[in-house]
Amino acid sequence: MTPDTILNLSIAILFLPLLTFIFLVFFGKKLGRVSGYIGTAVLGIDLILAIIVAFQRLTTYVAEPMLQYKVDWLYLGNQTVSIGVGVDNLTAIMLIVVTLISFLVHFFSLEYMRDDENFPRFYAYLGIFSFSMLGIVIANNFLNMFIFWELVGLSSYLLIGFWFHKDSAADAGKKAFITNRIGDLGFLFGLMILFHTYGTFMFDDVFGFIKAGILPFDSGTWLTALGILVFAGAIGKSAQFPLHVWLPDAMEGPTPVSALIHAATMVAAGVYLTARIFPMFTADAMIFVAYVGALTAIIAATIAITQFDFKRVLAYSTVSQLGYMVMGLGVGAFTSGFMHLVTHAWFKALLFLASGSVIHAMHTAMHHAHNHDMDAQDIRNMGGMRKTMPITYLTFLFATIAISGIPFTSGFMSKDGILAGTLAFGNLTGHWFIPIAGFGAAAITAFYMFRLTIVSFHGKPKTEIAKHTKENNFLILVPLITLAILTFWFFYSPNPFGADKGWFHKATQSPGSVVPSKYNFSFNVPVHHGEMGHENVMHSGHEESMNNAVHEQHSEMNMAMHEQHSEMNMSMQGHHAENQCDEEKAEGEHCKYAEAAPFQVTHVDRYADGELKEHTEFTEALHHAHIPAMILSLIVAFSGILVAFVFYQFKVYDIGSIINMYPWLYKGSFNKWFFDEMYQATVINGTVGLGKVIAWFDLNIIDGVVNFTAAIGRGLSKVTAVFDFRIIDGLVNFSAWISGLLGKALRKPQTGMIQTYLVLTVIGILALIFIFI
Amino acid sequence: MGIGLTHFLILSGILFSLGIFGIATRKNAILVLMSLELILNSANINFVAFSRFGGVNIEGQIAALFVIVLAAAEVAVALAIVLNIYQNYHHVNVDEINQMKG
Amino acid sequence: MNTLELVFYLFAFIVVLSAMGVVFSRKLMYSAFSLLFTFFGVAGLYAVLNADFLAVVQIMIYVGGILVLIIFGVMLTSKVTGVDIVSGGTGKTLYIGSTVVSAAMLFFLTYLYNTVNWHLPEVTKYSETSLDAIGNLLLTKYVLTFLVAAILLLIAFIGAALIARKGN
Repeated sequence: MTPDTILNLSIAILFLPLLTFIFLVFFGKKLGRVSGYIGTAVLGIDLILAIIVAFQRLTTYVAEPMLQYKVDWLYLGNQTVSIGVGVDNLTAIMLIVVTLISFLVHFFSLEYMRDDENFPRFYAYLGIFSFSMLGIVIANNFLNMFIFWELVGLSSYLLIGFWFHKDSAADAGKKAFITNRIGDLGFLFGLMILFHTYGTFMFDDVFGFIKAGILPFDSGTWLTALGILVFAGAIGKSAQFPLHVWLPDAMEGPTPVSALIHAATMVAAGVYLTARIFPMFTADAMIFVAYVGALTAIIAATIAITQFDFKRVLAYSTVSQLGYMVMGLGVGAFTSGFMHLVTHAWFKALLFLASGSVIHAMHTAMHHAHNHDMDAQDIRNMGGMRKTMPITYLTFLFATIAISGIPFTSGFMSKDGILAGTLAFGNLTGHWFIPIAGFGAAAITAFYMFRLTIVSFHGKPKTEIAKHTKENNFLILVPLITLAILTFWFFYSPNPFGADKGWFHKATQSPGSVVPSKYNFSFNVPVHHGEMGHENVMHSGHEESMNNAVHEQHSEMNMAMHEQHSEMNMSMQGHHAENQCDEEKAEGEHCKYAEAAPFQVTHVDRYADGELKEHTEFTEALHHAHIPAMILSLIVAFSGILVAFVFYQFKVYDIGSIINMYPWLYKGSFNKWFFDEMYQATVINGTVGLGKVIAWFDLNIIDGVVNFTAAIGRGLSKVTAVFDFRIIDGLVNFSAWISGLLGKALRKPQTGMIQTYLVLTVIGILALIFIFI
Repeated sequence: MGIGLTHFLILSGILFSLGIFGIATRKNAILVLMSLELILNSANINFVAFSRFGGVNIEGQIAALFVIVLAAAEVAVALAIVLNIYQNYHHVNVDEINQMKG
Repeated sequence: MNTLELVFYLFAFIVVLSAMGVVFSRKLMYSAFSLLFTFFGVAGLYAVLNADFLAVVQIMIYVGGILVLIIFGVMLTSKVTGVDIVSGGTGKTLYIGSTVVSAAMLFFLTYLYNTVNWHLPEVTKYSETSLDAIGNLLLTKYVLTFLVAAILLLIAFIGAALIARKGN
């Protein structure tokens, strides 16, 4: 399969769900339930195509840089804005994640949404969501990504507010949308800086320029700001601290939507963006990202402990796990961070779909008992469902084990990698808060997930309803079982205790940093042990890209550079670029960086035989931290589980007594650390207050000035009014009176009777005859 | 004196005036239609008379032929409208259908 | 007074008398039957004018088609069957007005036709039958008009059927 075929197929994957959306918007009402089958079938085709594309990419082209199309889209003055699609290893993996989960959710909803009157609309929305999410995944530039980013926000808004007749759902949709906009504003600013500096949105071009030493406003600080601003988009979309408040409210949407959008794919888009821009993070930006992730992980985990709503616990768990991924990327554990995205997508989608299964069963039982007042999502109303819903229970348990980080699961491998990364990072930089938060969150995660499992599935049924729940049919169970199988380790690596020899790690090696060493962590700068092979590869790429004039002009310099260290090499190339740029500017022409900068170097050097050529101090440290991190994470996970069993299963201690001991901790956690109230008090009331101040200014100062001018005007106009009333109005009224009189006279002949008109016409003809003869 | 063009023209003039009178005075829509046919016939007589005496030759007859075709179409549509009016008003008196009255 | 003149005056008399019957009769059915005679009379006049084809067409279309349609119209739009369907006048003012106007029209037309000096060429020869000539012209010079008229008829009949359909 040629690269072109792969790209064409991925474009087909992108547009198929859009077609279902358009089709269902127009014909959904007529099709009724058939629309669900159509949506599911199309996503099934999508999934098959995605598997073909991913298989090709991950076998034949695994060592290649991104395969991409570029198309000139806009011509702005003398700049060209290109868009395009690209498929690299990350894209290939994400394509499978998105299409598989989307397919399973389509399938699941056939049963879950069966009785909803807006069934076709639901499938139409799922279609446009899948389209936008796939658009993010196969973007090869920032602009495409931003466009689909906003589309995803829109479809998320539509789906959260799907039951818009409920006020809470409509409000949650608005909250999600507005909170996301705050992050997206940062993203937009980042794009402005990017375009202003580089005149392109392409990932590889931008990274090439940065590697060549061209920085925004020639300043490392601005590069940091650029990274953080673009990352702000991820903060919003991935519900990172401090914009995490929207995600739990988003649970007002239908549960399959929560599984698809607010657990597995859309919120992971932020992490995916972070992974995409990973090469351009400076040291400061990385510390920022790592802290944001760590804070999110620990804060959300502590909130999840005390929630009683089934879906809300999972929502905070999602926020916490997203924090994990971001933290992983922030400390430089790229592969593990991205792997956690994938493994988390499987088991969190599973958790949500299982919760959907439980809620569906509860609703059905309530329907049979004619009880419509109970909260079907409150875990205090559940219990004992291990017996009534064994398959749901078993799959849920698999996911719980995976998220808690127990060996032989996918979650263990990815989580362990992130924790090892935090340990190495803490060791190298002295930011020990990050590993502490990481391990703490791991313990708490194990605790609250088992609390949730025990309270809702174990023990005796707490209500009659829970006793009469029944296992759902295959439409719901097939997705659960499929996802449960994917929580095993062997899909990612043959060795359950070390993911780094598996295909996944090989396919998603860290792209390395392109940030000049001056602004980077010293431990992230490649260390070379006299490997000549590496430098040769570098130069072949370099020479091809040089334009001839530059090549001749600086051929001597090039010769010299062959013997120099590659780091030096990079800074010299950057120098070239700047020199040429200056020369062109002197001639009054627009400076085109594209001719001066060598991009081909960005990927080639890393994948000569599929192994990492670039050794940094960090990879060494990561390697050393692996064993201690594993032991520590096992200890914290098992202690978390143990505590959960002690309090909830065996009830050795009464949980109430602990709550009484630290009531403020409980209250804080239960009320989500008052984030919503805080925003209400500061941001919302602040905005309202500012509005009031402006209103006061408006009413008193501006209106005063206006009123004063008005008074003057009125005085003047009184004078003219007399003239107006007497003379002008007199004339106007006179002509109006005349018109009225004429009108009254002319109204008479308009009898509405054709005969009258005829007679008058004939009179007219007679008159004409009379005149002309 | 012999029969000339003028004879026919005056006959058509009489027919025309009668038609006008009928349209103007009768309130039944169908009678209005009949009077209209009189006017069309008077025009046709003019055409044929000029084709015979006026040197217009056979073309005058063709014009008359088209007028007849037109009259057929006109009567069909007009009667359809009259039937429709009858369905809505239960009478066909044109003087009472005066919603255009100013 | 030769035969032709006699025939002309006979037909003219029939036409004028029956047209007055159409206009002045108070009963709709009488008007309709008077119209029958008018059409026949006009057909006769065509024959006098050597337009034999047109005379036949006049009888076929006017008498056979239009008049039947009109009679159907009369019957379909009257609640009462029988001949007593009366068509009233439209009010005094209009009646007097239209009488005056029609009289004036007649006067002016007669005056006009009598005084105008038509530039008439001397027609020496005309064909006994007009059928060949009309057929030739319709399929050559006036073929487009002919087709347009056909389409017009089609559209008019479809439209008529659509309008007359009960309900919408």
